[in-house]
Amino acid sequence: MAGGNFEKYKSDGSLAGNLLEWVDARFPATSMWKGHLSEYYAPKNFNFWYFFGSLALLVLVIQIVTGIFLVMHYKPDAALNANGVPVAFASVEYIMRDVAGGWIIRYMHSTGASAFFIVVYLHMFRGLIYGSYRKPRELTWLFGVGIFLVLMGEAFFGYLLPWGQMSYWGAQVIVNLFGAIPVIGNDLSLIIRGDFVVGDATLNRFFSFHVIAFPLILLGLVAAHILALHETGSNNPDGIDIKEKKDEHGIPLDGIPFHPYYTVKDIVGVVVFLMAFSAVLFFAPEGGGYFLETPNFYPADPLKTPPHIAPVWYFTPFYSILRAMVWNFFGLDAKFWGVVAMGASVVIFAFLPWLDRAPVRSIRYRGPITKVMITVFVICFFILGYLGTQSPSYWGEKISQVCTVFYFAFFLAMPWWSRMDKFKPVPDRVTMK
Amino acid sequence: MKKILIALLFAPLVALASGGNVHLDTWPGSVKDKPALQNGAKLFVNYCMNCHGASYVRYKNLLDLGLTEQQVKDNLMFTSDKIGDLMGIAARADEQKKWFGATPPDLSIIVRARGEAGAPGAGADWLYTYLRSFYRDDKRPTGWNNVVFENVGMPHILWELQGTQVLNHETHKLELEVPGKLSPAEYDKAVSDLVGFMVWMAEPQQEFRRTLGFFVLAFLAVLFVVAYALKKEYWKDIH
Repeated sequence: MAGGNFEKYKSDGSLAGNLLEWVDARFPATSMWKGHLSEYYAPKNFNFWYFFGSLALLVLVIQIVTGIFLVMHYKPDAALNANGVPVAFASVEYIMRDVAGGWIIRYMHSTGASAFFIVVYLHMFRGLIYGSYRKPRELTWLFGVGIFLVLMGEAFFGYLLPWGQMSYWGAQVIVNLFGAIPVIGNDLSLIIRGDFVVGDATLNRFFSFHVIAFPLILLGLVAAHILALHETGSNNPDGIDIKEKKDEHGIPLDGIPFHPYYTVKDIVGVVVFLMAFSAVLFFAPEGGGYFLETPNFYPADPLKTPPHIAPVWYFTPFYSILRAMVWNFFGLDAKFWGVVAMGASVVIFAFLPWLDRAPVRSIRYRGPITKVMITVFVICFFILGYLGTQSPSYWGEKISQVCTVFYFAFFLAMPWWSRMDKFKPVPDRVTMK
Repeated sequence: MKKILIALLFAPLVALASGGNVHLDTWPGSVKDKPALQNGAKLFVNYCMNCHGASYVRYKNLLDLGLTEQQVKDNLMFTSDKIGDLMGIAARADEQKKWFGATPPDLSIIVRARGEAGAPGAGADWLYTYLRSFYRDDKRPTGWNNVVFENVGMPHILWELQGTQVLNHETHKLELEVPGKLSPAEYDKAVSDLVGFMVWMAEPQQEFRRTLGFFVLAFLAVLFVVAYALKKEYWKDIH
């Protein structure tokens, strides 16, 4: 596997061979190629759920490449132009109309943002059902949670940049949340905003975070995520260790080289993904008002609050949890507890490796308790997500509170319910279902 | 189980699509109808552009409607002589705010801003209904009110075409009191053309986008067959 000792490349005497030998003596070209691709042995029984890791990488590349081109024409400037429109907002429409191919680059980026979260949520769900976070892959999981957190920040900062009504007021609401933290809250939100209201200072620093700081952190975490994964080897739908059964060369009997087997398989996944991606991009770029929200076609107006401010769909489950907290505990404002609950609902994923006490990893060999718990958890996640897009209501609040309680119970009671379940015997070798 | 999940997935779309209290008439036009778009452009420039700009759009974009540069210059450009200029207006936003109580919004992408989530074309329906729903109201400073947009700051700029409507407070229906230059059917057609122009203007490349999308999907379908065959070939020995 990765980090193993691979023989250095020996030239066959040709010019290209000599060059490669020269490089390989000075740079781990062979060992990286073999360790991570051609001799990285992945379980042969990956199913549908295993497409989403490589797809997340694809979307990351789409976002970076389209982002590079958008930055060439986008202007992070909140001042009004001669026509009374904020420069930032007008520059996005300039990209959509006057930049050659600009509309397709912009739609790729806006569709890519939502696609990123869809793919990452499915990738996380895979980890959840097959116990991919379990020992020895805790660090892979932790880097993954880090990626998710940074991705949320990246999306939040990026959403301000078009400088539409929802950009502006969404940022206003979220930054104000930090004000709920006792003592330091107001100063903290002032530091984040760089001004007393969301303004040009905010726009410029969010631009900086969005195009430099967070992408750098994201790339570092993605590299760490993959390195940690390749150190331990991949889990699989059976949740058993393929390294325990090896042939005489030390190669896992149920392992196949990632390249070419999974590269050619992932290409199929990529094409199917691109079909869905293109269907949205070319035929419904607003994503039914969820990928590009309707109020965001009005330029930001600090004097006109929209009647209903909702975050973009990928934040709404956590936003619902925030709104579900309506009680003042210990003399602290409900808003503060909402922020705490929202933060906790994201960070709690990091503790999964230590909360799960089941003797087997995969849902395939776990009993009804696990299946019911995960199903209800997913339903709660969807309900919370739906309610987060809606205006506050009496029943919406009650339902979101029930779902929030279950959401946390799923994690906090896991040490008990994960052990109580009935388990099936785990097979010796992986199964091809 | 799967059905419940799918229902949950689409529930927000249904809920959002049903928002709004006034029934909106469906915009009957099409963005492919070039003569209608040309007529809409003429109405837009003559009536709307006194107060509203379309400042993301350039006059040269109007060539896409099947007009020549000379036609655009002679018939549609009143404040500018450069075909590459943006379709802005001279009126200043702060002064307009004093006159009307609110700055008339830029109309370049008003169709997209007025569109309700989940209902494609809802912005066009809203505009189509709005522009036909003005009625006389002496309580308003402009003398006009609107069923779709209550207490709107905008006066009925197309009144000479439509005539004067009044609101029957018993039936809650609009009635034509004084006929205008156009018959009701002609007026509906004119408004439809005008809305069509605004639909086009919100995304001038939208027809090209859909056409290109068709070719992209066709290409990907072919690529899928190749990719799938390649995968099958490589994997034939893996059991």
